[in-house]
Amino acid sequence: MAEKTVGTPLVKSGLAEMLKGGVIMDVVNAEQAKIAEDAGAVAVMALERVPADIRSQGGVARMSDPDLIDQIIATVSIPVMAKARIGHFVEAQVLQSLGVDYIDESEVLSPADYVNHIDKWPFTVPFVCGATNLGEALRRITEGASMIRSKGEAGTGDVSEATKHIRTIRGEIAALSAKSEDELYVAAKELQAPLELVRQVARDKKLPVVLFVAGGVATPADAAMMMQLGADGVFVGSGVFKSGNPVERAKAIVKATTAYTDAKVIADVSRGLGEAMVGINVSDLPAPHRLSERGW
Amino acid sequence: MREHELVLEELGVSHRQVRTPSDLVGIDGIIIPGGESSVIDKLSRIFEVREPLISAIAGGLPVLGTCAGLILLSNSVIGAIEGQQTFGGLDVAVERNAFGGQVESFETAIDMPVIGGASVKAAFIRAPLIRDVRECEVIATLTNGDIVGVRSGNCVGISFHPELVGESRVHAWWLDTVVAGAQR
Repeated sequence: MAEKTVGTPLVKSGLAEMLKGGVIMDVVNAEQAKIAEDAGAVAVMALERVPADIRSQGGVARMSDPDLIDQIIATVSIPVMAKARIGHFVEAQVLQSLGVDYIDESEVLSPADYVNHIDKWPFTVPFVCGATNLGEALRRITEGASMIRSKGEAGTGDVSEATKHIRTIRGEIAALSAKSEDELYVAAKELQAPLELVRQVARDKKLPVVLFVAGGVATPADAAMMMQLGADGVFVGSGVFKSGNPVERAKAIVKATTAYTDAKVIADVSRGLGEAMVGINVSDLPAPHRLSERGW
Repeated sequence: MREHELVLEELGVSHRQVRTPSDLVGIDGIIIPGGESSVIDKLSRIFEVREPLISAIAGGLPVLGTCAGLILLSNSVIGAIEGQQTFGGLDVAVERNAFGGQVESFETAIDMPVIGGASVKAAFIRAPLIRDVRECEVIATLTNGDIVGVRSGNCVGISFHPELVGESRVHAWWLDTVVAGAQR
């Protein structure tokens, strides 16, 4: 069998494996993508507006203009991810045809379907999806997601939701792996996930795909904290390009994510970074404006 | 990294992660894994692993580079980003992302006569290709003749990931031939 087989589950999750330990940065144009690449980002995420702007400007947020995605792909050599709306399988088809390396079916954009997520199996391009808990993560994996990111609360600079979600997912995995075989049937029912997948997570004590953290990461210490909490890597959205000094902050977050257990390095890279993004406390957000509650 | 560690555990070889210069002391061989070559290059300079590693490789430390690791071992890179450097060791030119983006990533089986037996399972993920071979032995090719593996003394570089597809024979060959050979 010397034939080449594209789009296999191993090839899809394999790229996420290669991103482990790294930082993926939100960018809205080629110039920002270049800054992210130069800072040491392992990938960039193309979107129309960063979450902080989606919040302040309101309206429906959609997939980026294909021209912008083309320009970003032409500018950087690292993988380019792009966001599609939850359930919007045609935006996903368009992004695949543009040659993006990963699609984020993202709650940061306005959902296109409040019942179904995209059936991700027929696609050659892999998908990353958000999750606030283990059941949600397993449902996305069942639909074909090759990578999971915890949701956090994007565009706030408040890391507390990201902390809650990574702790929840890790805690639920630990609880599941402590259960006996005969308890997994009810666990699967409660998680609303297939029994085989639940058994696999219980046995391996980890998700079958890479788990990143996203949403509200604004400082090098935030990124390092997520890594110490067990994340495989970090997405940074508005935190870089809504700050006073994106170039230095981007580099600092990359260094802190790499040396995440070394407080001295984290201290050094945190010096003189200028203003962090102006934050919003998640508790001050009225419920309809909480992005992490989109998706199910 | 973790997938390489699992293969080494399967083969009964002790291992550790190298992140700082002191981690290099006392090792018998090093695997440079996949990832983004431009990022590994930058981090190796920031955390000051670059120079000691180059000295160690020049001094005969056995090394296996997979995917991005191959790029870092090559003497020249086609499609490098501005300022991108390599450790060197393999006198070849390597083209980054030679097959295109992720939708072109694939699994296949390749011929690797140095290993013998059946063809080797391999995953190519945004993989590089070896375009210009100077003072190196070709050890792996695709069926169309594209070069995906080379060796020069203590340095072995391959375009693909055996560790992602449950293939341990490449590691076993490298340990038995290159690493054990360096100790004789």
